[in-house]
Amino acid sequence: MSRDIAVLGSGMHPWGKWGRNFVEYGLAAAREALADAGVSWPDVQYVAGADTIRNGYPGFIAGATFAQALGWSGARVSSSYAACASGAQAINSARAQILAGLCDVALVVGADAAPKGFFKPVGGDRPDDPDWLRFRLLGATNPIYFALYARRRMAVHGATLDDFAAVKVKNARHGLANPNARYRKEVTLDDVRESAVVADPLRLLDICATSDGGAALVLSSMDFARRHGVADPVRIKALSTVTPTFPKTVLDLPDFATDSAMTAPEPERPFRSAIAHAAYEEAGLGPEDLSLAEVYDLSTALELDWYEDIGLCEPGGAEDLLRSGATALGGRVPVNPSGGLASFGEAIPAQAIAQVCELTRQLQGRSESRQVANARAGIAVNQGLFGHGSAIITTR
Amino acid sequence: MSTTKERRPAIEGWHTAASGDVRLLGTRCAACGTPYFPRNELACRNPGCTGPKDGSELEEYALSGRGRVWSYADARYKPPPPYVSPDPFEPYTVAAVELEAERMVVLGQMVPGLTPADLEVGMEVELTEGVLYEDDEAEYTVWMWRPASAGGAGA
Repeated sequence: MSRDIAVLGSGMHPWGKWGRNFVEYGLAAAREALADAGVSWPDVQYVAGADTIRNGYPGFIAGATFAQALGWSGARVSSSYAACASGAQAINSARAQILAGLCDVALVVGADAAPKGFFKPVGGDRPDDPDWLRFRLLGATNPIYFALYARRRMAVHGATLDDFAAVKVKNARHGLANPNARYRKEVTLDDVRESAVVADPLRLLDICATSDGGAALVLSSMDFARRHGVADPVRIKALSTVTPTFPKTVLDLPDFATDSAMTAPEPERPFRSAIAHAAYEEAGLGPEDLSLAEVYDLSTALELDWYEDIGLCEPGGAEDLLRSGATALGGRVPVNPSGGLASFGEAIPAQAIAQVCELTRQLQGRSESRQVANARAGIAVNQGLFGHGSAIITTR
Repeated sequence: MSTTKERRPAIEGWHTAASGDVRLLGTRCAACGTPYFPRNELACRNPGCTGPKDGSELEEYALSGRGRVWSYADARYKPPPPYVSPDPFEPYTVAAVELEAERMVVLGQMVPGLTPADLEVGMEVELTEGVLYEDDEAEYTVWMWRPASAGGAGA
């Protein structure tokens, strides 16, 4: 039995620093997705919200807030918070409802209004929270972790600062004509080289910003899509949200230490790679089938790690792959044709949904000047706090 | 800096400086031998462990005081609270250090004054105690890494 679901519509509120309420961004994205799908709001049977942790009660309990903004309709509702994978878990929640036959058509919405500067832990004196403690005892901000991975990559694989800068130059070029990107400006190697060091070896332009934004998808069963007149929709073929496997030997936010690998064998695949692998298995596809990928470039260096984690090359091969031009638009497998987090900044609960918006529009051939030729299959991956991550494979 | 202020750990029970030998305090599973830092008192997390997994298997354990730099980074901008920053802000360096015996990587600040230019992946470091911040009453201490002294006895 096919476990595909259809992506009938996608919508986004442009990323930026708009200073308005997140509900407004989510509502705009939801309306655009509904219009794109040709589905009217009262026909939506299930609403899945992806929560921001800002704005008090997790995003006012996101699914219900968006449902109220659209006008209470009696739809069933859910809300998901899973750090950077919140959007993916919201999609997965809707997908499970559809595949179980509990609903035919669902709306997924995520939106955020991010503070300026470093992400910081929830306030108050909370010395039992590892996220609070890593700031208190180490001053380990998110960029510190990104910089640790980047320095490790330099030492182990010979990455250079200019390799990192080249990722930014590529993604900035990709995002130039994306109307939903926050930064639409050409960036040169010199711009990156001359930007201030935030956390050595990473400079300001190596690290993604925090943004406001909203994204939404209308998802349905394949039968509903056909009845709706869409014979060949973009499909979500796989969605993986696997946890790490003990011993987790890679430091993640907000860890003070890895697990010890003293008494149990290391898992076959490290965490990020395992997330993607589970999705490939579910889809019955491999990295060689990909036309494009959207990866979570929280830093430029991390994009290189992802090349290896999603199997575009062997460990240590990412710099050569980048330098070959394979991951730029026009190359064998463009990575972050949307412009990535480098051009968007991160709007946490919206970001994984936005990645699927990009895959969808690419597979529909609607991406204009950043269109990947003959796009047939794409993967979107992310990773966040406390052992969360996701991989989503879409095809046409 | 006053030298008469009381010294208190910034967090109770994460490190010891008894007898001048600074060590991180974690726990270890008596059944399977897996060490944990920070301290895990709930239950051994090794899925292959056949211990009772009710916490009774976890005993206090002092981790190796030496290791090799796995990676390092610095902070050039003042982080948000709850980090307690001196005014004006002073950049600091964080190292991820691989402990050979425990086969794990542990984070810690480097002692003040060391920058990334002083470090290399693979270099040997050892633990010491340093002052993380102070207030009118006390200096608050935490574990910090420093380059290993020559002729050290190893882990």
